[in-house]
Amino acid sequence: MYLLLLIGGIKAIIVLLMMLNLSAILLWFERKGSALIQDRIGANRANLLGIGKRLGIPNLGIVNTLIADSLKMFTKEDFVPDGADRFLHGLAPFLALFPVLVTFAVVPIGDQITLFGHVIQLQAADLDDAALYILAALGVGVYGIALGGWASNNRWALLGGIRATAQMISYEIAMSLAIIAMVATYGSLNLQEIVRAQGGVWFGFLPRWGVLVQPVAFLVLLTAGMAESKRVPFDLPEGESELVAGYFTEYSGGKQAVFMLTDFAEVTLVAVLITTLFFGGWQVPWLYPDGFHLPGGAHLEMARWLVVIIGVVAFMIKAVIFCCFQILIRWTLPRFRYDQLMRLGWKVLVPAGLANLVVTAVVIVVGGH
Amino acid sequence: MPLWLFIFLGALAVISALGVILQRNPVHCLMALVMVLLDIALLYIALGAVTVGFLQAIVYVGAIMILFLFVIWLLNLRAEVRSEGHLALKFFGALGASALTAELWVFVSESRRTGGLTERSPQFGSIASLAASIFSQYLVAFEVTSILLLVAVVGAIALARRPGPVTAGRSESLPADAATRQAGGVRQAGGVRQAGGVRQAGGVR
Repeated sequence: MYLLLLIGGIKAIIVLLMMLNLSAILLWFERKGSALIQDRIGANRANLLGIGKRLGIPNLGIVNTLIADSLKMFTKEDFVPDGADRFLHGLAPFLALFPVLVTFAVVPIGDQITLFGHVIQLQAADLDDAALYILAALGVGVYGIALGGWASNNRWALLGGIRATAQMISYEIAMSLAIIAMVATYGSLNLQEIVRAQGGVWFGFLPRWGVLVQPVAFLVLLTAGMAESKRVPFDLPEGESELVAGYFTEYSGGKQAVFMLTDFAEVTLVAVLITTLFFGGWQVPWLYPDGFHLPGGAHLEMARWLVVIIGVVAFMIKAVIFCCFQILIRWTLPRFRYDQLMRLGWKVLVPAGLANLVVTAVVIVVGGH
Repeated sequence: MPLWLFIFLGALAVISALGVILQRNPVHCLMALVMVLLDIALLYIALGAVTVGFLQAIVYVGAIMILFLFVIWLLNLRAEVRSEGHLALKFFGALGASALTAELWVFVSESRRTGGLTERSPQFGSIASLAASIFSQYLVAFEVTSILLLVAVVGAIALARRPGPVTAGRSESLPADAATRQAGGVRQAGGVRQAGGVRQAGGVR
């Protein structure tokens, strides 16, 4: 009993730290990557005692974005505007961050391992209704943003909050339709089982990844997910040119940092969900529990623990690739107009998701699997 | 479910429910109601009906309460002013409350007399058993309910729509404008309205 609690606690902490670290690294990638895209030098002002310069290493802005920026954020004055609802103003950022972070609990980061006679799933919570859990958590996440906008006692913030709420609940529908299509395809709400079902190959070489079965659901989830994270081109709720900063106009210091972290955690969440549902999670093409079986017939024997570690690393690499992809989009496309945003959500993504679901259901019933 | 968990969740639900009726600020009341609903979802999960719990959170917390929030915002509700109330209001309020309490008392004592609650089957509340009952035993009721909801949605949109031809719905206030811009004008109307709204909001300040 206590051993199980201990194992669960350790797993939860590991998963949380993994995702928080990934979100922090994204902050660096966003600053330096955007500089690269826009042909600027980018964050390079801070360094640690000039060590890098003395060794002749170019300043990559790691000290600047990961240490100096966060120190600056958390030491700034935490200002609450006059007439604001102090309690909800303080609660809102954490109410926004918490549901995103707890969602990572059901994401499998690797295959199961056997340690001292215990079978341990590399997943913080092995939940049978994981897909529903994700949708429930996303639904609760709207409140943080909505209340942040309302509690600030500021028109810009309220408008940003209203826009964010409308956008998030609109795109949640498309997102759920895409997730439901995947659930129907694999016949399970358990993400670990969905990942397991994506192992193996077709025709001797093609990995059985979900994106090859459900390309439409993949596109719907990718688009809706990016809209959920409220970043360019879907950043209407914080559009600088119209709303100053939208729902976090009146936030400063640590609370503002928490809202920013929420954004990056959402980017990570979308990347992780896409990896899990459509790109085989921790599955590596042609890698089986006993080692690689390459299409040509070659076989490479491997220890079990090595296979598991390769799986975890592959999961992280896939997640990072999709995070970077989203940041690339964020610095490439201009912002939508609000009516375009709503039309894309309700008239393109929702019907596409529904049609995809109907086709999936018919194929399952006719095919009888 | 262990007893301490039930007492904890139950107490939390009662306290949050009191928060709904005792607070003045409508948004605070709403958040208390969200707490109650999440708490009930947790109770379902603790009782083993995990699917029902998550559905409760998705439907009530993720959708219906957000709608309430919108209504509060759009009606621009302020903190409630304490009304002294008529004597009749108090009388009938007390009468209704005591009737509800009596009903609850009868219900609880009835279930205790008939040997308490029965043990649930292990499959209770799982997604498979839920789907089996919805799509076989209660299929007709389920389909009729969905049609009823669809009719309600269509009816609400029809009522909210201003009378007049459908195509002129948006730009009827600007006939000359619409004529010159033709199809493109209708598409732009959303953007123009948006900008106008923002300017107005700033002006109120």
